[in-house]
Amino acid sequence: MSGREMEMQAQSETKSIVLVGVGGQGILLASEILARAAMLEGFEVKTNEVHGMAQRGGSVVAQVRYGPVVHSPLVARGTAQVLGALEQIEALRFAEFLRPDGLAVVNAQAIVPVSVSSGAARYPADVESRLKVAFPRLAYIQAGEAAAQLGSLQATNIVVLGAVSKGLDLPEMAWQEAIVSSVKEKFRELNLRAFEKGRSMV
Amino acid sequence: MRRLLSGNEAIARGAFEAGVTVGAGYPGTPSTEILESLARYKPDVYCEWSPNEKVAFEVAAGASLAGARSIVTMKHVGLNVAADPLMTLSYIGVEAGFVACVADDPGMHSSQNEQDSRNYARFAKIALFEPSDSQEARDFTILALQISEEFKTPVILRTTTRVSHSRSLVEQGERSLPQQKVGLVKNPPRFVPIPVWGRPMRRKVEERLVALQKIAESSPANRIEWRDRSLGIITSSIAYQYVREVWPEASVLKLGMAYPYPDALIRKFAAGVSSLLVVEELDDFLEQHVRALGIACRGRDIVPGIMELSVDRLLESKAKLEGRAVPENHPLPFTQDLPPRPPVLCPGCPHRGIFYALGKKDVVVTGDIGCYSLGAFPPLDRMDSILCMGAGVSMAQGMEKAGESRPVVGVVGDSTFFHSGITGLLDIAYNQGHSTIIVLDNRTTAMTGHQDHPGTGRTLQGEMTKQIKIEDIGRACGLERIFTVNPYNLEQSEEVIFRETEAPQPSLIISSAPCPLRERKRVGPVRRIDEDECRGCELCLDLGCPAIEGGEEHPHINAALCAGCGLCQQVCPAGAIREGDGA
Repeated sequence: MSGREMEMQAQSETKSIVLVGVGGQGILLASEILARAAMLEGFEVKTNEVHGMAQRGGSVVAQVRYGPVVHSPLVARGTAQVLGALEQIEALRFAEFLRPDGLAVVNAQAIVPVSVSSGAARYPADVESRLKVAFPRLAYIQAGEAAAQLGSLQATNIVVLGAVSKGLDLPEMAWQEAIVSSVKEKFRELNLRAFEKGRSMV
Repeated sequence: MRRLLSGNEAIARGAFEAGVTVGAGYPGTPSTEILESLARYKPDVYCEWSPNEKVAFEVAAGASLAGARSIVTMKHVGLNVAADPLMTLSYIGVEAGFVACVADDPGMHSSQNEQDSRNYARFAKIALFEPSDSQEARDFTILALQISEEFKTPVILRTTTRVSHSRSLVEQGERSLPQQKVGLVKNPPRFVPIPVWGRPMRRKVEERLVALQKIAESSPANRIEWRDRSLGIITSSIAYQYVREVWPEASVLKLGMAYPYPDALIRKFAAGVSSLLVVEELDDFLEQHVRALGIACRGRDIVPGIMELSVDRLLESKAKLEGRAVPENHPLPFTQDLPPRPPVLCPGCPHRGIFYALGKKDVVVTGDIGCYSLGAFPPLDRMDSILCMGAGVSMAQGMEKAGESRPVVGVVGDSTFFHSGITGLLDIAYNQGHSTIIVLDNRTTAMTGHQDHPGTGRTLQGEMTKQIKIEDIGRACGLERIFTVNPYNLEQSEEVIFRETEAPQPSLIISSAPCPLRERKRVGPVRRIDEDECRGCELCLDLGCPAIEGGEEHPHINAALCAGCGLCQQVCPAGAIREGDGA
């Protein structure tokens, strides 16, 4: 192969993941664990996240890309292998990132934006049917319920991450190691179980 | 071992490795984490949050003149505040390495403008470095400090939101301390730019630029990547990463040290390719110069200069370059009418009560930069202008002097007040204004992630210190009418605010309550709506609280989000809102 072909080949192997939700749902921790798992497998990794004004209860997007070579930290439209959403309409809002054959993991939770409470907009009543149209490969899961059963709603993000992991090719060991090195010791057991639970939901 | 670092963390790492011992800055997205990360290297590095960027710049400049390598950090608009010392430090020059780390915000994710701070490097006639990932952020910080010290010049290290806040792998090294001893070597003709000494400095600035240009020509930060010669692309910063994905086959001149322009390198590259394209975010900082060299190129005609670039946007540029139709990007049908989710004041935010109170009367509100800028959104809709840090105070004076018939209320945060609200207040007292200035004192710099400031009693590196009181400053500025209100008490807040707007003298009202997000606890007990009592008037929704959700017949309080501030209980005319989560 020529240098150019090798570069194209390497770029084509890059995996892109988009995690979305609402400020405060733990998107950033989930993306950090994902990035570490990819790093442990020896891949190049780039992530991007939002800060500041963009964070106060607004839509939050974190993007992770890994592979033999990664240039842009941003995911292009229609190229993500997996979209993970902690809130359901955020999945629709960022659906354009996902490849047509990509996996969408959507937590069946509605967080009503202030634009709806104040009467300026409506929360769609047909979210589930929209999701089915938007995503041929959809895992519409009750991640919050699962996390609550395991002992804490706070672990909802990790349940979703577990489901997201089914759409990627990283070994389970790498995920576990990444979780252990990313969360405080007293939450490790909970998060490992939440991850396993999520994996079993796809 | 390689570590996954954000661009900001990598700059801090580079500064640490290069032997920086003093760092100063003012928080501002997307720059904040540079100094927060550097501060963790205590006691090797002294770091401080200064009251504003001008002070921070001067602190770092003083450290450099005394012989300590230093950095100063700020967001792009912060460099406007620090522009005064920047322009003359260029003349005086520095002693130990000095780098101003400036983070631009293309796309205005968290900023009021989209200025391209690269222009400051040309304006101040100093060197400019632009990393495109975290490894370069570390490497260029070290390189910039070396060049600064060697050529006795301040250097700008400019990042963007996507460089600062993206993480990528970084190979790091050990810290090495420079040989230089600390202690100012007295030399007034070198450090005092009164005209007789300043004029020779002015000439040296030009000589230095010529020397720096030679460095740029062979700097490891500037490189040609020869691939297919039919298209050559000149690019810098994050745009380089997008270019590599959109034009993987093209030859690239990547400029990491973009100013002074490496003319010979640009000419060599241009001569080696059949067509030339310049891809840069925001201003045509490189393109204009390429054209000035008499080299034909494409660029701004097909690459947007407004809002940040992306692979998607450059794919459109590529289509235009190749004369193909730009694929239209139709909105997907299932995204129709999705309710927008802009950032909002958090549940329990103490600012909410003040904005709600201000909505009760016809007053003009001049606002400022911070979380409370969100008070401009409906349903609160209680901020009539925002300009820059501190303008909430000074513009109130201007509106009043212009003859505005309604009472004028200036609203400013605590950190912003220390940053640049004090001089405005002084102006109001001195020039006999009578505006009402409200300081929303939540005892932190909340928007940027809860940094300390002169009013918090703590320093960046965690030491307890003197807590500067806003009322004391108000008194020292000459104000006599100074009052403190509890923003969770609507009746008291309204009474004090509207009494003071009628007062014939200027007033300072301090709305005092800590940010619950920082305190990490509820303000009070969770509230619920008794559906039997609720009349469905929806007045509680006017608070714009994310915890109160509109329902078919009655609003509902989301107990998981409610911070227990009790404002809704105070606005409910039916007395239907009570303590308890209803469980």
